[in-house]
Amino acid sequence: MNGMSKIVKTTVSILFPFTMIFGLYVIAHGHLTPGGGFQGGAIVASGCAMLVIAYGSEWVFERIKTKRLAAFESIGGLGFIAVALLGLVFSTVFFGNFLAGSNLLFGTTPATGSTLADMNTGGVLPLMNFAVGIKVIAGLFVIVLVMAYASSQKEWNT
Amino acid sequence: MIEYIPFIAVVGMIFIGLYAVLFRRNLIKIVIGISVIESGVNLFLITLGYRDSGVAPIYTSLPAGTPSPQGMVLPVPQALTLTSIVIGVAVLALMLSLVMHIYRKYGTLDIRKIRRLKE
Amino acid sequence: MEKRTIAATLVFAIAAVFFLFSIFLIHPFGKPGNVAMDDHIIANTQNETGTNNAVTSVVFDYRGFDTLGEATIIFAAVAGVLMIFRRVNP
Repeated sequence: MNGMSKIVKTTVSILFPFTMIFGLYVIAHGHLTPGGGFQGGAIVASGCAMLVIAYGSEWVFERIKTKRLAAFESIGGLGFIAVALLGLVFSTVFFGNFLAGSNLLFGTTPATGSTLADMNTGGVLPLMNFAVGIKVIAGLFVIVLVMAYASSQKEWNT
Repeated sequence: MIEYIPFIAVVGMIFIGLYAVLFRRNLIKIVIGISVIESGVNLFLITLGYRDSGVAPIYTSLPAGTPSPQGMVLPVPQALTLTSIVIGVAVLALMLSLVMHIYRKYGTLDIRKIRRLKE
Repeated sequence: MEKRTIAATLVFAIAAVFFLFSIFLIHPFGKPGNVAMDDHIIANTQNETGTNNAVTSVVFDYRGFDTLGEATIIFAAVAGVLMIFRRVNP
């Protein structure tokens, strides 16, 4: 489909970095405030859908290859399973939380009943949040792009 | 009677979706009806876990003076609703792709004509 | 009327009777029945998993296996859409 007018293209290209930063903020602070991997991934994917509507699906399809986006999604899924298998190696249960309570990367424990937010807490949860967030962003972007491109072609047996 | 109003709203949403699936002829309207039924089921899952005058089960910037496990809402139904919403999105994407293929092949979206055209 | 309309009205009436009878058998809105498991989760979130957010710890730590199934569903949906439109993009 064709793109929209010049005012819409300028406004979207100003708004898209702010949407991406807000979505990554919601993914990264998933263990302190409401949010997490799935919610932040949906925010960034709706920003990418705004880009497809404003610039036209043929313009975006020439510049982004769908095979690389599908590989990006598989990397997110493999990262999630790798973190779960590391829990099996280090603490003898599948999905075990082996970083909480130790003094490695995300290790400190908040006091019981405290209402302060410390970014260094959480154990293995922020790593899982990032893996699921990458998976949701790439998956929803590929679905929107392929369906918008296929509905603008005249015939399909090319 | 006044304390059953959210459940009556859930049953009303399921009836609207069921009416659109059973009594309409356009394929897009049937797909919209299925999506409304899924929204009604998600609403039912969330209203099962409410406690009277409770706050969200998050410890960051809690209002001072809430008793710790008794003043918070139950967290497990909210986690199950997240999974249900994602399943609804995946099923909707696959349904719309199949509707696009049917339209390319038959040229119409009326379910009475799609049944009768045989190749 | 056709046969399809009569069958659809019959299904709708039976579903209406079943739903309207079973609304009043659920617990009243605001007083849930069994809360022992959720009270244990809220009380022990901060010293077992180390987060402040009880919902995220239920999704990723206490019930992480359901999240693995959900990641598989997203992968299956993307694979299905790319397979249906395989003739369009080369």
